[in-house]
Formats: sequence, C-alpha cells, structure tokens
Amino acid sequence: MSTATPVADQAPLPQLHRRLTTARLPRWAPAATAVLAIALGCAIGAGAGLRSHLQWGLLSALLFVAISYGASAKVEGRRQARDQLATSLVWVAFILAVVPLVSLIVYTIQQGASVVNIDFLTHSMKGVYSSGPGGGLYHALLGTIQQVGLATAMAAPVGLLTAVYLVEYGRGRLAKVVTFFVDVMTGIPSIVAGLFILSLWILALGFQYSGFAGSLALAILMMPVVVRSTEEMLKLVPNELREASYALGVPKWKTILRIVIPTAIGGIATGVMLAVARITGETAPVLMLVFVSDSINSNPFVGPQMNLPIYIWQQYAQVNNSFGYARAWGAALVLIAFVMGLNLIARGIARWRSPKSGH
Amino acid sequence: MTSSTPDSSGGRTTASRTGSLQGNSRRGDRLFFAASAGSGILLLVIMAAIAGFLLYRSGIAISHDKTNFFTTFEWDPDNILKPSFGIAVLAFGTIVSGFIAMVIAVPLAIGIALFISHYAPRKIAQPFAYLVDLLAAVPSIVYGLWGALFLVPHLAGLNSWLNTYLGWTYIFQTTHTGAPARNLFTTGILLAIMILPIITAVSREVFRQVPRSHEEAALALGATRWEMIRTAVLPFGRPGVISASMLGLGRALGETMAVAIVLSSSNVLSLHILDAGGGTFAQNIALKYNEAGLPGKDALMASGLVLFVITLLVNGGARLIIARRKEYSGANA
Repeated sequence: MSTATPVADQAPLPQLHRRLTTARLPRWAPAATAVLAIALGCAIGAGAGLRSHLQWGLLSALLFVAISYGASAKVEGRRQARDQLATSLVWVAFILAVVPLVSLIVYTIQQGASVVNIDFLTHSMKGVYSSGPGGGLYHALLGTIQQVGLATAMAAPVGLLTAVYLVEYGRGRLAKVVTFFVDVMTGIPSIVAGLFILSLWILALGFQYSGFAGSLALAILMMPVVVRSTEEMLKLVPNELREASYALGVPKWKTILRIVIPTAIGGIATGVMLAVARITGETAPVLMLVFVSDSINSNPFVGPQMNLPIYIWQQYAQVNNSFGYARAWGAALVLIAFVMGLNLIARGIARWRSPKSGH
Repeated sequence: MTSSTPDSSGGRTTASRTGSLQGNSRRGDRLFFAASAGSGILLLVIMAAIAGFLLYRSGIAISHDKTNFFTTFEWDPDNILKPSFGIAVLAFGTIVSGFIAMVIAVPLAIGIALFISHYAPRKIAQPFAYLVDLLAAVPSIVYGLWGALFLVPHLAGLNSWLNTYLGWTYIFQTTHTGAPARNLFTTGILLAIMILPIITAVSREVFRQVPRSHEEAALALGATRWEMIRTAVLPFGRPGVISASMLGLGRALGETMAVAIVLSSSNVLSLHILDAGGGTFAQNIALKYNEAGLPGKDALMASGLVLFVITLLVNGGARLIIARRKEYSGANA
C-alpha cells in the first residue's frame, strides 16, 4: 500500500515529486537483484563444488539480502536501505519456509504414489514376509477409522457440552478454572495422555491392550480442541437471537438446543473435523495402548489393533529395509490424504455455513 | 457456579408465567445445566487424574531409584540389583533441541507472519496462509519419516561445514565425523519446521489485529514500511508473538515420534550438538516403553511427569500472556 502511493502521485506532479523524494531504485530492481543473486549463488556453488543444492539456495538468499541492501544504501540512503533489508529478509523467510514444507509434501507424494494401489489398500500384513514386497495397510486403516470414531463419539459431546457451559452458563469461578485448564489441556504432550491411560486403564483397572484404550487417550487429546473451537463459535451467535427466544417464553435449555447450537452448527462441525484431523495423526499415545497387529481385527474392544501412524512407525523402525520404507511412505501418503481431506471438508463446511452464522 | 444461579433463575421466572410449561422447563433447565456443568467438571477431573496418577506412579518409581533422579545419566530402572535411572540426559536433550527449534523458528515465523499480513500481494498471501495452516495438520510421524529419510542425508553437508569452520566454538565440534546427522541439531531443525505453522498462524492473527489507525499514523509521519512495522506493528504484537512462541515451544518439548525416528538415542550428555546421541523425555518414553517391565514403566511415568510439569508451565505462561490481551480479540463485541 505504502509503495503504491508515490507511484500514483508521480503522474500528475512530476516536478513536485522529484523535489519531495530522494532518488529511488527502479521498480524492476528487486527482480533484477534476485536474478543476479541466484546466478551468483549458483556460480559460487558450482565453483566451490558444493554438492547440496540446498546450499546453493542459501548462498543465493544471502546474496540477495546483501545486494539489495547495498544497492539501496547507495542510491536511496540509509533509512530506505534498512526498509529494503527488512523487505528482503521477510521474502527470504517466506522462501525458506516454503522449501521444507513443499519438499515434505512433494517427497511424500513421490515416494508414496508408486506404492499405493488397490491391493495395498485392501490387504493386511498377515502372513506377509516383512523383508519382501507386498502386503498392505487395510488393518491399519480400519483401526484408525474405528479408534478415531470412538474417540470422537466420546470427546465431541463432552467438549460440546463444556463449551455450552462456558458460554451460556459460566460466569463464576468454576468457569474461569475450566477455561484455564482447557487451555492447559490443549498443551498436554500426547505421550503423557498415553501414559495416563496406561496407568489408569491397563495397570490400575487391569484391562487389556485394545483399540478402545487407544481411543481413550485420543479422546483426552481431542476434548480441549473441541471445547476451544466450539466456544469461539457459540460466542459468535448474536445475543439478539437468545433474547428473542427468551422473550417468546422459550426456556433456556430449549433456546440453546434449538436456537444457539443450530446457528453455530457449521462452525462447530468444522472444529470437530479439525480436531479429528489432529488426533488421526497421533502416534505416541496409541503406540503404547493398542499394541501392534499384523492382521485385521475389526473389534476395537478386544485384542491388539493397528493404526496408520503406528503402521508407519512399525514399517520404518522395525522392518527397516527398503520394502518397509516403501510401505511406510505409502501409508504416510494415505494418512496425509486422509487428514488433508478432513481439513478440506472442515473448511468447506465453514465456508458453506459461515454467512448464516453472522448477523 | 454460585454466581451463575441468578442467570438461570432469570430463565425460570420467564417460564413461570405459563404454568403448564413450568415444571417441564425447569426440569429441562436443571438437567441441561447439570449435563453441561458436569462436562466441565469432568474435564477438571481428567486433568486432576492425569496429575494424580502420574504423581502416584512416579512416587513408587523414585522410591526404588538407587541414584539421584535428577542427575543420573543412565536409564536402567529394570535392573533388579540396582535400579538406577535419571533424567539429566533427557532434560538436557529436551531443552537443547527445544532451544534450537525456537532460535530457528521464531524469527522465521515472525518473518512469514509479517509476509502474510503486511508484505505479500493479496493473491499470494491468502493461499499461502492456507498452505501454512494445512501444514500444521501434517502428522508428526510423517515429519519424522521425512526427517530421517530426506533431511538427515541433506544436512550431512551443512554439518561437516559447521564442523570445519565453526568447530572451534566447541558446540559445533564433531568427534565422530561422517556419522549420519542423527543429532540434536538436526532434531532442532526438524522441530523448528514442525512448530513453524502454529507460531506463524498465531502471530499472523495478532499482526492483523493491529489498529489500522496506528499504521496509518506511522506512515503519515513519513515512516518507511519497516519503520511503521517496528514502531506500530511489533510493539502491539509482542505479547501475541511471545505466547505463540511459547505454544510452539510446548509442542516442541512434547514432540515424540519425529524425535524418536530422527535422533539416535544414547545416555551421553554432550554439548557437541552435532554428535549423534542424546535423548528427550518423549522419545525416551516411546523407545523404552516396549521393553520396560513394571518398574520400568513407573520410571517412564516419572519422566513423563517431569515433561508434563514443564509443558504445563510453558503453556500456562503463554495462556496468561494471551489472557492479558484478550480485550483485543474482539469476539462477542
């Protein structure tokens, strides 16, 4: 915005503009600097025999910052140069962030795409020689869906009701304490949640390892996320709606159930979906609780189960050969697709419902 | 709870005018209130139970420990003759890797947040912000897999470069040259990449809330864009950025699987961050859990309790800072 204004002024008042501002670098200067920096970076990289292209990139970025600062300092003065420095640093930060993030996605798709096929999706690892090719992740996919489903069934109502309490009823000290601990609970390391269920469910109460034990830990991780997002959504419901309902003599609980929650349902659903996406990728707590299984177990309450993150872990750390890596990448791709799909659905719901939740 | 009664009684008086509805609605109100307050209390009970169970189990474990829990390096709780275990290496590894992650991630995240909120053309900013949000959802195990099979080989060059030119600083000295880069430094970089999205997302929201009038005032006084950001945006956003960083730190400290995959664990405490070895709380739990007997599991719970307390402090601090700035959040205005 700030850079656009002097350019607009320039047209009608060329002389005035000339007197008021100091010399400026032409508008194509950043692009030229970038090209120069990349060329120099590549030249130095190739000349010095640096193997990794990552280092070429880093060199270019450093050169870009230095050159644009130097040029600006020479032409425009120190203040403008510092502004230029900040701008180029911000751009470099942007590029530095994009590289690993995009590399992660591209690499996963590259490695995983050759593995994923119908056979991979519909078969388990039962009887598959793990140091060889073949096998699939059906048992893990099934386990993931069941465990996440159970966790959602437990966490979503509790989270929703807690949020209702905080927004509609909570005025006193209890509400403040709950709010604070919900926030703190959001930050519980997932492995600690797993340890807790381990000590309570398995060591103290004597239950066996099962998919359900894993979903208990997942529910603990999910609850605070649901509370947080639902709370924000309920707060967005205009008070006029509640007052109109009370004025018609509708009791409070009915107002909440029939007016407040339906108004905010889009946002609530989005929050739940995002929470589901978050717990789907959790590995550590489930690793300790559902045990590991190579065959299909469709009963989450009895016997060890599998799930996608654990499958990746098992194929990487325990199988630990190129076939295991390949299966791990395949599962990683499926897992990312699953999580991203949930995210996109959540955003879709948010966009679809959002205009209604406003005024 | 007591102060919420006037509110619900207000609802009751409205309903009491229509006599037939009264009993029904009052019961419904009471039931609904009980259910929602009960859920809130359930959350508190869970939190208390987590702390209670971990405390109880850790108490058992530490009473069996024949060595000092805080200063011992090795982790051998299942030794029948002399169970000895300590968190020195784990605490060191957790703090150092978290510190490296913060040093890398915080400036970068501020840069990206500024890029999205103030620098980028709108056409880039929106999709890019969206991309960053999506990346926050990538499961940590996938980051771990990528870290081990992609990042570790790619960082070998950087590691040897650091060793050659900065080895004199002691920190960057390697004693085993040529070993894979499964060290605290790589772990820190990976953690930085993992917490980048959350720090960016929160900072970006704070930067967006800077009152337009502050920015325009700075620009009207002749400030360049950077001077405007330094004088108007950054001071306003500082509490938000601090709390975002602490949220990120909390996540980095508790991160398990990525660290378990990338860092090769050992009970060596060394400031040579480029040497493979070390460990973190969460990694130790994930790796040792399978072979642990009952005393071993108790010992792991003791270390889990320490991690729990640390993240509790970090997150609680972050939330307190955010809460002080709540008036700017503008929800329910």
